[in-house]
Amino acid sequence: MLRTGPFLYRIHSDFASVARGLAALYGSFSVEPADRVADFHVHIQPVPGLRRWLAPQVEFRLDEHSPFLPLPADHAFALMEWGMNWCLASQANHYLLFHAAVLEKHGQCLVMPGDPGAGKSTLTAALMLSGWRLLSDEMAMVDRDNGALTPLSRPVSLKNQSIDVIRRFAPDQAVFGEAAYDTHKGTVSHLRPTAISVASRDTQAAPTQLIFPRWRAGAGTELTPVPKALAFERLAGHSFNYSMLGRLGFELTAGLIDRCQCADFVYSDLPSGLAALDRLTT
Amino acid sequence: MTPHWDALLRALRDPACMADFSEPTWDLVMRQALPAGLLARLGALAREAGVEERLPLPVRRHMQALLALSDQQRRAVRWELVMLSRDLAELPGPVLLLKGAAYAAAGLPPAPGRLFSDIDILVPRDQLNHAEAALMLGGWACDAETRYDEHYYREWMHELPPMVHLRRQTHLDLHHNILPLTARLKTHSAPLLAAAQVLPEFPRFSIPAPVDQVLHSATHLLHEGEWNHGLRDLADLDSLLRAHSQAPGFWAELLARAAELSLGRPLFYALDLCRRHLHTPVPDAVMRQCPGRPGAVYRALMPGVFRLALSGAHRASMARGTPLAEFALYVRSHYLRMPLHLLVPHLVVKAFRGIFLKSKPSEGADAPQQP
Repeated sequence: MLRTGPFLYRIHSDFASVARGLAALYGSFSVEPADRVADFHVHIQPVPGLRRWLAPQVEFRLDEHSPFLPLPADHAFALMEWGMNWCLASQANHYLLFHAAVLEKHGQCLVMPGDPGAGKSTLTAALMLSGWRLLSDEMAMVDRDNGALTPLSRPVSLKNQSIDVIRRFAPDQAVFGEAAYDTHKGTVSHLRPTAISVASRDTQAAPTQLIFPRWRAGAGTELTPVPKALAFERLAGHSFNYSMLGRLGFELTAGLIDRCQCADFVYSDLPSGLAALDRLTT
Repeated sequence: MTPHWDALLRALRDPACMADFSEPTWDLVMRQALPAGLLARLGALAREAGVEERLPLPVRRHMQALLALSDQQRRAVRWELVMLSRDLAELPGPVLLLKGAAYAAAGLPPAPGRLFSDIDILVPRDQLNHAEAALMLGGWACDAETRYDEHYYREWMHELPPMVHLRRQTHLDLHHNILPLTARLKTHSAPLLAAAQVLPEFPRFSIPAPVDQVLHSATHLLHEGEWNHGLRDLADLDSLLRAHSQAPGFWAELLARAAELSLGRPLFYALDLCRRHLHTPVPDAVMRQCPGRPGAVYRALMPGVFRLALSGAHRASMARGTPLAEFALYVRSHYLRMPLHLLVPHLVVKAFRGIFLKSKPSEGADAPQQP
C-alpha cells in the first residue's frame, strides 16, 4: 500500500522487477497499513497461458478492469508507472487535471504543459536535480477548493537520449531504475525524485509561472510573454477533464491564469535554460 | 448475491448506515459499486442522508469525481435535447425519452448519481423512417458494423442500429417499441405513446407515464442478456416504485397496465427482486394478483438464478455458479428475443463471424489500447 500525494495505491505484483523498481525509486515514500481504503487496486501480473514459457507478457489491471494491451514482461515497471498515471487521468475528476510538469522553488511554482517531444521531462528532471522541488512530472492536479497544486512527487519518466543527457548533467545525483527497451515510446527509464521533493509531498503550492517549454536545436534561451487569453486556450487544451468539470473547470483554469505570469520558453543549452528559470525565483 | 454484497445492499437500503462502515468494508464496497455503476448513486445518497463528511477520504474523493461526471452528463444530455429538438422539429411525434435520459431531463427519482452512456428515444413505428431521415440530416449516422447487423436490427429488433453524432460523438438509440418485433412476449407501444407526458422544459419530448416507466425499466432488466448493471437497474426501479407508489391507486393501475401490455411476467420478477434485495415496499397482494405470475417451479427457481447473475458485477465477489447463471440468462435473453427458426440461423452467423472475422477489434471507450 503505497501513498503518493493524496492517493493510496495498493500494488499487487509477482514481478521481482516491480519490487526492485519500487525499492529503488519509492524507497523513502510512506507505506500504509493494509487495512486502509485504497484509492486504486493496481495489479501488475504475468499474463497466464502457454505464452508464458515462450514470450512472457505482463498486464495491468485496475482491480478487475484491463485498460491496456499486455506488454513484454520486462516492461513491467514502466507499465505500472503508465497505469498509475492512467488511474489519475481517467478517474481523479475531483481535481482539475492538466498534462503538465509542476516544480517549486522559493515560493515560485512553475507549471509547464508540454506537447510530446517538447523536452518537458528533460527540463523537469534537470530543474529537480538543481534544487527545485518536484510536485509532478506528468500531471498537474489543481485542488478545487483552493486552486493550489497538489504534489504527487513520483519518479520522472525519461525517454531515449534524455536519459543520457540527465546522467551526464548530474552523474552523482541522478538515480535511475532499470530501463525498459523497445517500448512504443523507445527506451524508458525512471528517475528517482529528490529527497526534498519526497519530504514535502504533502505541501501544496500556489502556481505563479505558466511556462510553455520547447527545446529547439541551436536556439538561444528566450522567455517570451504570452497574452493571458492565448495562455488560457493553450492550457485548457492540455487538460484531461476541463470540459467535464464545466463551470468549475473554467473558473479554476481562469484562476490559475490570473495568478501566473505566462511565457513561452525556448532553449537548447540546458545550463543557460536552467539559469533563466532560476532568475524567476529571485 | 453473496454475503460479500451485504454491505452494498445495506447502503442502498439505508444510506445513513454508510457512516458506520469500516475501512476494509469500504475497500470492498467501493470496488463493487464502481463496475456495478452504483458508486455515484451511493455518493448522491450519502449526500442526501447528510453522512458524506463521515466517510473515509478516498471514498469521498471517488464519489465526488463520479458526481462531477454525473453532473457533466446531465448538462450534456440537456444540450443534446436542445439540438435534437431542432433535428426532430418536423416529426408529428410524440417522441419519448426512455431510461437515463428521461430520468435526467425530467429530474425523476433515479436521476441523482445516475450515469448513462447513450440517449434512448422512442417514436411511433410509422414515423421511424421520417425520424431516421431527420436525424441523418442533423448529422447522426448509423453505427452498424456489417450489413448483417443492419438487417438484424431493421427486420427483427425494436430499435435501429445505434446512431452516433458525427461531430459530437453522442450515442443515440432510436426505438419504436420496448421489445423486439420477434419477441415471445408481444407488446405494443401505442398505449405508451398515448399516455406520455410532455416535458414542459423540452416540449419536443415526452416521458412515459409513471406506471409505464416502471414497466419499461422492469422489462428492460428482465430481458437483458448481460447483468453487469442489473443491480443499478434494480436500484432505479426501487426509487421509481418508492416515489410513484405514493400516488393513490398506483398499484392497481400498474397491474392493469401490465395486463394491457402483456408485461406481467417481467414485472413480477422485477418486483420480486426489488423486495428481496432492496426491501422495496411492494404489497403482498400485488405479488399475488400480478398478471403473468409464473408457476410454482419458476417462482422457486428464477430468483436464485437472478441472484447469482446480479453478484457477477464484481468477479471477486461473485457466488459459485454465477458463470452458469449468466450463461443461462444469456441463452434465455436470446430465446425471449426470437423464435427458434430465426434464432438458430442468427447464432450460426454470429458464431461463424466470431471464428473467421475476428480481425476487427472492438473500438469502444473500454477497448484495450497502448498504454
